[in-house]
Amino acid sequence: MNIIKFLDEFTTDKLQQPMSSRREMFGQLGSISKKAAMLAVPFGLATVSNKAHAQESGDVAGIFNLALTLEYLEAEFYMKALDSGVLGSSGKAREIYEQISQHEDAHVAFLRQALTNAGATPVESPTFDFTAGGSFDPFNENGSGQDTAYAQLLALAQAFEDTGVRAYKGQAANLIGQGGLLTAALQIHSVEARHASEIRRLRGLEGWITGDQRGAGMPDATQAVYNGEENVNQGGVDVTTLGTSDPFSFESSTQAYDEPMNGDTARTIASLFIAS
Amino acid sequence: MKKKKGNEVKTQAVGRNRRNFLKVSGLALAGSGLLLASCDNDDDAGYMNPNGIFDLGSGDVGVLNYAYALEQLEAAFYTSVLDGSYWAGADAEEKAILEDLYNHEVNHRDWFRAAIGANVTNPAQRLPDNLEFDFSSVDFSSRTSVLQTAMALEDTGVGAYNGAGIYIQTPLYLTLAGKIVSVEARHAAAIRSIMNPDGDFKAFAGDDIVTVDTGLDVAYTPEKVFENAGPFIVTPFTYKNPMGS
Repeated sequence: MNIIKFLDEFTTDKLQQPMSSRREMFGQLGSISKKAAMLAVPFGLATVSNKAHAQESGDVAGIFNLALTLEYLEAEFYMKALDSGVLGSSGKAREIYEQISQHEDAHVAFLRQALTNAGATPVESPTFDFTAGGSFDPFNENGSGQDTAYAQLLALAQAFEDTGVRAYKGQAANLIGQGGLLTAALQIHSVEARHASEIRRLRGLEGWITGDQRGAGMPDATQAVYNGEENVNQGGVDVTTLGTSDPFSFESSTQAYDEPMNGDTARTIASLFIAS
Repeated sequence: MKKKKGNEVKTQAVGRNRRNFLKVSGLALAGSGLLLASCDNDDDAGYMNPNGIFDLGSGDVGVLNYAYALEQLEAAFYTSVLDGSYWAGADAEEKAILEDLYNHEVNHRDWFRAAIGANVTNPAQRLPDNLEFDFSSVDFSSRTSVLQTAMALEDTGVGAYNGAGIYIQTPLYLTLAGKIVSVEARHAAAIRSIMNPDGDFKAFAGDDIVTVDTGLDVAYTPEKVFENAGPFIVTPFTYKNPMGS
């Protein structure tokens, strides 16, 4: 991903746009060809070699330190959001952020302890810059005003949570054989998904991702978080060919499966907000 | 099947009609619905019990069958929801959410059918496609009844996948389970959110389901999953506890 382009677009994009209706959003999607070849297509699940797996499998310290870095980012983001005044002193958004903040803090502590228990050294927190070099003002520190800051606060939360879901998912297979560590990673993964659903719904979106759509009001630059979510091939089967009714539409078929993200992509997205 | 002395794994029965199984099997019954039997520990696939009752099996095949059973249950539940009067008269947001959940669960169900059909070479090891369910305890005209059941099923689904991850041996299967479980978690959060008990805006990931100290979601054993889901399941089958091979 081109970081400069990401920053440019994030700077110039309007963060609040009218929500288009679901039907309008989907109207532009072409008809998906339905090849009735489902039974003829071998899944080949057992024969697929997983290079990423081979590369990183068993590197528990590396995997958990990447996770820890993402959790540091989220934990500090929500803490600062709650301290910023942008969310007010009460109300739905504040309560949602409080709950998420509590979880992200707990994830940081849990991952640090897990790394220590595994004989590894937890990375220390980077210094974060949630303005991404002055592109944003989510905490209204630079005079953007409450409305703009609030919109950015929610958009960034959505991007972080949807990234978190994809990043943990991308590492799960590398933790095969790690017993409780795999289970714990899965238990964090699904909490991130609960968060993502709620933040998306707070923003007026659905809790799930349709195609590779970042959703109304999200800047073009966040597209990297959603690229690949349009996949309909699950284990060698195009799930849109499994039936002909609504459950097998392109929309439903992409909503029904979240896609993984590799470690490099997750690092790249996080690095936008890392000052040092 | 090889007759080999292995570590003892508990085989437990699910399904309202499991008593038929217990009766026919003639094996010792320890507690309600709990059957103890000695099984070959290296038998990592599903199979028919001697009396024709299906066993989920263990390892990758066991998890596929296990997940397929739960996805059949969820798909059947939302099918009934969309046939019910609560959904017909629900507000637009709730109607749309439940319709999406129906679509997703039917898609998951049919994916498992295809995946199992393509990857489990012995048909006898494939969970039957048409498990029978009994939702007579759910009032499909009642918002509360429908949403509480949906919440229970979605949270149970999350716990089931999280708990079964360690039994999966093939990386791609684990990734696929991951693709599905996060969508179940998105569902659970949305249902919890629209239920909004007592104006609790934290319910989407409430302290009742996410452990406060660790921030970890639920991870359930099959035993716990079938404690929650079992009352809806009529077709009997058995599973191994633990499910690993």
